[in-house]
Amino acid sequence: MSILINKETRVICQGITGSAGTFHTLGCAEYGTQMVGGVTPGKGGQTACDLPVFDTVQEAVQQTGADATMIFVPPPFAADAILEAVDAGIQTIAAITEGVPVMDMVEVYRRVRASESVLIGPNCPGLITPGECKIGIMPGYIHNPGKIGIISRSGTLTYEAVWQTSNLELGQSTCVGLGGDPIVGTSYIDLLKLYEQDDQTEAILMIGEIGGDAEERAAAFVKEHVTKPVAAFIAGATAPPGKRMGHAGAIISGGKGTASEKQAALEAAGIHVAQSPADMGKAVQAAIAAA
Amino acid sequence: MKIHEYQGKQLFRDAGVPVLDSHVARSPSEAAAAFEQLGGELAVVKAQIHAGGRGKGTLKELPDQRGVQLARSADETSRIAENLLGNHLVTLQTGAEGAKVNQVLVEAGCDIARELYLGIVLDRSTSLPVLMVSSEGGVEIEKVAAETPEKIFREHFHPKIGLHSYQVRKLCHQLEITGKTVRSADKFMRSLCKLFVDLDCSMAEVNPLVISQSGDMLALDAKISFDENALFRHPELSELRDLSEEEPTEVKASDAGLSYVKLDGTIGCLVNGAGLAMSTMDIIKYHGGEPANFLDVGGGATTEQVVEAFNIILSDKNVKAVLVNIFGGIARCTTIAAAIIEASKQIGIQIPLVVRLEGTEVEEGKKMLAESGLAMTTADDLTDAAKKVVAAVAG
Repeated sequence: MSILINKETRVICQGITGSAGTFHTLGCAEYGTQMVGGVTPGKGGQTACDLPVFDTVQEAVQQTGADATMIFVPPPFAADAILEAVDAGIQTIAAITEGVPVMDMVEVYRRVRASESVLIGPNCPGLITPGECKIGIMPGYIHNPGKIGIISRSGTLTYEAVWQTSNLELGQSTCVGLGGDPIVGTSYIDLLKLYEQDDQTEAILMIGEIGGDAEERAAAFVKEHVTKPVAAFIAGATAPPGKRMGHAGAIISGGKGTASEKQAALEAAGIHVAQSPADMGKAVQAAIAAA
Repeated sequence: MKIHEYQGKQLFRDAGVPVLDSHVARSPSEAAAAFEQLGGELAVVKAQIHAGGRGKGTLKELPDQRGVQLARSADETSRIAENLLGNHLVTLQTGAEGAKVNQVLVEAGCDIARELYLGIVLDRSTSLPVLMVSSEGGVEIEKVAAETPEKIFREHFHPKIGLHSYQVRKLCHQLEITGKTVRSADKFMRSLCKLFVDLDCSMAEVNPLVISQSGDMLALDAKISFDENALFRHPELSELRDLSEEEPTEVKASDAGLSYVKLDGTIGCLVNGAGLAMSTMDIIKYHGGEPANFLDVGGGATTEQVVEAFNIILSDKNVKAVLVNIFGGIARCTTIAAAIIEASKQIGIQIPLVVRLEGTEVEEGKKMLAESGLAMTTADDLTDAAKKVVAAVAG
């Protein structure tokens, strides 16, 4: 098995008629994802990427049986689009949109957590179960079906980790990009729980970055509840305090959220921490060997 | 996005958060006029720069002059303003060069009974805004948090509902605030929480927050920063941006849609993606080099953007070599390769260039670079790239 998505997953794209929405709907379909439709308010009845377009998510769900969505709606309307997907009972929501105001996400987060839906993102590359289903913007060909569950706050750094595990012939069960914003729908802990119960996943690779305390909390969770081998890398060891490193979430403030603090917390939980980003694959290999 | 204290105080006033009377001045005569206008016997003259620690900071040009000073007459106000304006204030947060003082705030004096601390930030662990107060005003809150965390009290609030009055009463009880000051605190704290939400702030800090002899709660400082992702719904706030407070190359980069942070090292970095860009800095350091910058060209980088990125990196005279690290996803390696060729035509790259390409259309991209005849070193993976660029600088 895998987590969250597999070859049965039926996916729509919110914002399918925009250029990014169109481009990546085609990319996901080409990978083999069951893309079943799209939503753009006011364009219901049209066709895009050879798929039916609907005015509302509810209608799309009724007509296509979709249980997942990929959101490319522009930032001012992204929160509304996520809430619409939650309201329509969509199981897995991947919000790719970058630049969603944090205050919007406060309310979205609460609504998502009170529902049955899982929100990945926003400001994330999406998620992929190699060989079965890709929902997002990652290059499909670097992935191989396999045994490593990958969780990351970053995009291209995830590709790097995927590439390393593919080259070591470990492969991936499911890879999830959590997103680089201060508030995202899903945490490391949510996914650690899923990977722990997933038969296909034999080991977990966590890729974190400076800022916040999500990695520290994940480390505490791993120590108590995860029996599978876990490896990690933290980006931003050289970042100076007070400077925002691209992601809204990646900032060391008030001396908190430094890479060394996070590395120490992870190591204390028995997690293998790669010191160089070139060694992420090797670290997870070492974690498996040591288990 | 950060703003000045005088701008923050105006926003406080507009939102009904009590502050003292004050006037901003850009010349000694304006400062003297401000003193007269306030009509008191005492005023405080405060240098307006974005960095904190102004009270303890001193001028680079006149080391005996501090960034915040008391004045007892219009003449004295004028003299202080003359010292501050046009000079550079060095504080713990500015670095050795300091920040140029272009305006001062002349503020009425206040009889202070107590100094407290108040801050509002987003608490990521609960995904809610949180109001924090402390009995330790005027000092660095990080120090309080590290040494005496029991002196910081917190209340979370939902943006749509705001802070409740009972939460203010709880905080007052914890801070041992009684009597009519509780009513003043209710107005102060609830108005400020509302401002935080209404203006999409990422941080609002009042340090010190004071209680006057007459029992009123007042903001003696006002430090606000905004969520840049929400500026589209506050066009009026964009006008408060002071470009002279920002690193010029960082402004240039953000205009070009690039994310750039200048650092002190010698190896320029051009990378796609924030996480990979940070990791590229890390691996340079890991192999003994020092990164000169963080630079994320983003997912859908165009040739123009990459050329501009080279321009920005090469404008830093400390840069002795450049490492390009691209993991193509949406961004194709061919686009990057074409941009590197174009950049070297336009700018002429005179220092060692190490290029590592991986991902979408990598073979075609590598071929383009090989056939271009440009002098550069290619690398197969991250470690190889880092070692080669560190060696290029060393030798």
